[in-house]
Amino acid sequence: MPKRTDIHSVLIIGAGPIIIGQACEFDYSGTQACKALREEGYRIILVNSNPATIMTDPEFADRTYIEPITPECVEKIIARETEEMRRLGAKGRLVLLPTLGGQTALNTAMALVKRGTLDKYGVEMIGANAAAIQRGEDRRIFKDLMLSIGLDVPVSGVADTLEESRAVAEKIGRFPLIIRPAFTLGGTGGGIAYNREEFEVMARRGLELSPVSEILIEESLLGWKEFEMEVMRDKADNCVIICSIENFDPMGVHTGDSITVAPIQTLTDKEYQIMRDASFAVIRAVGVETGGSNIQFAVHPDNGRMVIIEMNPRVSRSSALASKATGFPIAKIAAKLAVGYLLDEIKNDITRETPASFEPTLDYVVTKIPRFAFEKFAQADPTLNTQMKSVGEAMAIGRTFKESLQKALRSLEIGRHGLGGDGRHWRIGNDVYQDRDILPRELISRRLTSPNAERIFFIRHALRAGFGVEEIFQLTKIDRWFLVQLKEIVDVEEELAASEP
Amino acid sequence: MNALLALEDGSVFHGRAFGASAEGCGEVCFNTSMTGYQEILTDPSYKGQIVTMTCPLIGNYGVNSADVESWQPHVAGFAIRELSPVVSNWRAQSSLSDYLAHHGIPGIDGIDTRALTKKLRVRGALNGFISTRAISAEEAVARAKSWPGLVGVDYVKTVTHPKPFLWDEADTQSQGFQLPRGLAAAAIPAPLPPADIPIVAFDYGMKYNILRRLRQHGFKVQVVPATATAAEALSYKPAGIFLSNGPGDPAVLGYAVRAVRDLIDNGVPIFGICLGHQILGQAFGGKTFKLKFGHRGANQPVKDLESGRVEITSQNHGFAVDPATLPSDVVVDRINLNDQTVEGLRHKTRNIFCVQYHPEASPGPHDSTPLFAQFREMIRNS
Repeated sequence: MPKRTDIHSVLIIGAGPIIIGQACEFDYSGTQACKALREEGYRIILVNSNPATIMTDPEFADRTYIEPITPECVEKIIARETEEMRRLGAKGRLVLLPTLGGQTALNTAMALVKRGTLDKYGVEMIGANAAAIQRGEDRRIFKDLMLSIGLDVPVSGVADTLEESRAVAEKIGRFPLIIRPAFTLGGTGGGIAYNREEFEVMARRGLELSPVSEILIEESLLGWKEFEMEVMRDKADNCVIICSIENFDPMGVHTGDSITVAPIQTLTDKEYQIMRDASFAVIRAVGVETGGSNIQFAVHPDNGRMVIIEMNPRVSRSSALASKATGFPIAKIAAKLAVGYLLDEIKNDITRETPASFEPTLDYVVTKIPRFAFEKFAQADPTLNTQMKSVGEAMAIGRTFKESLQKALRSLEIGRHGLGGDGRHWRIGNDVYQDRDILPRELISRRLTSPNAERIFFIRHALRAGFGVEEIFQLTKIDRWFLVQLKEIVDVEEELAASEP
Repeated sequence: MNALLALEDGSVFHGRAFGASAEGCGEVCFNTSMTGYQEILTDPSYKGQIVTMTCPLIGNYGVNSADVESWQPHVAGFAIRELSPVVSNWRAQSSLSDYLAHHGIPGIDGIDTRALTKKLRVRGALNGFISTRAISAEEAVARAKSWPGLVGVDYVKTVTHPKPFLWDEADTQSQGFQLPRGLAAAAIPAPLPPADIPIVAFDYGMKYNILRRLRQHGFKVQVVPATATAAEALSYKPAGIFLSNGPGDPAVLGYAVRAVRDLIDNGVPIFGICLGHQILGQAFGGKTFKLKFGHRGANQPVKDLESGRVEITSQNHGFAVDPATLPSDVVVDRINLNDQTVEGLRHKTRNIFCVQYHPEASPGPHDSTPLFAQFREMIRNS
């Protein structure tokens, strides 16, 4: 299928200011999109409030608006550009590509749909339509959709009374349980109950705090293994997996704050293929017609149960990582697919001979480690949870996980040359330890139990203090495979230390 | 323990031994799949080959009794970058090293598999010798050089089941792998559809997942040895014939080509996979040739020229059908997008089709599973 000839101009919405959770990766994706579509001869209109971006360089778009990314403002831009296209005598139409500027672009596009702006000016959304974005973004609709196509999601139930709450808890059958009161501001009154007593207290309080006296009770996935799939789809419904990612940190830590590894390391082919099939089922059911999506899964470590957590119907933070990890330029290809190309019509940038309709296969391991800056945010709670706190990341490639991890740790620019054994001291709170000091067991246990920026280093301290792999697993739920890899690094450190003259 | 892998070009890779204390010769080939080493090891098509994985970390999830494609591993040796010191998966029953040791297969780890793969890509498949015993590098290279190679050798006879048998009469081995779900403690498998279409499958070294898939699609599968004649196969009164995958050089299987030619003349519907596709190609009057380094992996793009759809497929073949040698009543309907070689054939007037890749996957993507339903449909409409 050739590219669409009925399009004259493409409006691309950028991601705006750099904030935690939405950083320069969306400048990267947006810039790729501008280049890819301009190459095809389309007129590019770009709106981004952040002038400190590559994409706002004049050469990347035909018209660049450095204006607030608000529905009001973008509506004015659409009005002005519609007029401009008339003046130019444009034969084709104006389309909006909302999937390359992060959540900001997606939300703005959805607001424009709701305001009726797109209908009013006859602007078509390409990449993903409004209904698909809605299905992917609304948790409740998404969950029902997943169940309707036979995929598994966390078990949950709604209760209006304490008796009903107990019945739902009974049905789920295991702790911990997550309690979310309906319609409270910022989720006030919610929490995780680890046992029956806590559950009774939280359920009662949740029911009291909820203005409609209703709570949602959901099974907790804390400690489950977390995986991600980067999927691409074209207009002819060809689907490929660009990259599979396994999180070092189990469920409970935001993916943006997790150490992540590509490709997946601890799934058998049978499990991996089920996850691959599920990824395609999700992108098809949600209805993302072309381009990339990111789908997240949780897997129970003891019985392999696999549940869908969420999907992003757009190029995501992980896409930038996956692009660099595999050499498959996700944003560029997503842009080309949005204007009608098929995967087998686009050349693979790496080989230059084979088409983009393939699945990258890696003969190396990629590790991404988040970079935190808690020293600059004295007020912030350094415990990692489901809200993203990292301000950047380092990524490294190696032929083994150990090599890529060590390189990534060194690349963090936190003054360490790797996991440890580099002669640098450790500053923990107000205490300073020498590099090869054995830290107190009690301190180590505490820092292993609740996820934090230094947890990976505390695994080294734990191994050196005589903690067994199984003991560390019980405290962290980090897969034993990763822990043994760290142990191998520590073993080499010990060997080197012992051989010093 | 030390191990080494020597190639006929004189290069030697030194590494650590795992698996059995053993040695063996084989054609060294690489597989690009990132998952599924156990399925690869137990695929009879790898008879006579020493396999290296481009994926560097192997053994992470161990081995289990379900993920097998035959009764035992068939590779002559296994060469990898790094063997996992730990097994971490809820399905694991044993470690890869113990498994290979149990089956007498030598493994080597800690070698530069990227350098090895590059060599194979440039030079083409090379004969090799692997040993986990004490042996000098010179002697190892001599062993690799003196091995006659697999061109012109019939490996099918060593892996075909010698006697005919009916696949899974009790319906206990054909369920697809399932995960536990939601509130259920264990997944209750949906019943298999009735086995209402009898077919005969020629076993040239057939992967179990082909049999499982056939059964899942309602076929009652009578398996016959590779050497069976057309008359023997037709004596079961099959509604269709299936031709399996298998190892080695397709050009030496005169007996199989003769049987298939007779079956084509008979008019019975036929579906072939991999070696079965190459045998069909020859029975049509075409020729096969050896690819430089073969297609082995789970990410090979195949284009269906009639629908325009692209399937990501699992492949394992070192030979291919030469399209120029095919008669005009046979259509090439699928090609590999990486090198444009033939991946599928269809007869214009008869109920015959075949694919060079593995729609049964295992390991690999499930994109091509619908081909089994297509076979059923073809028989229904014949």
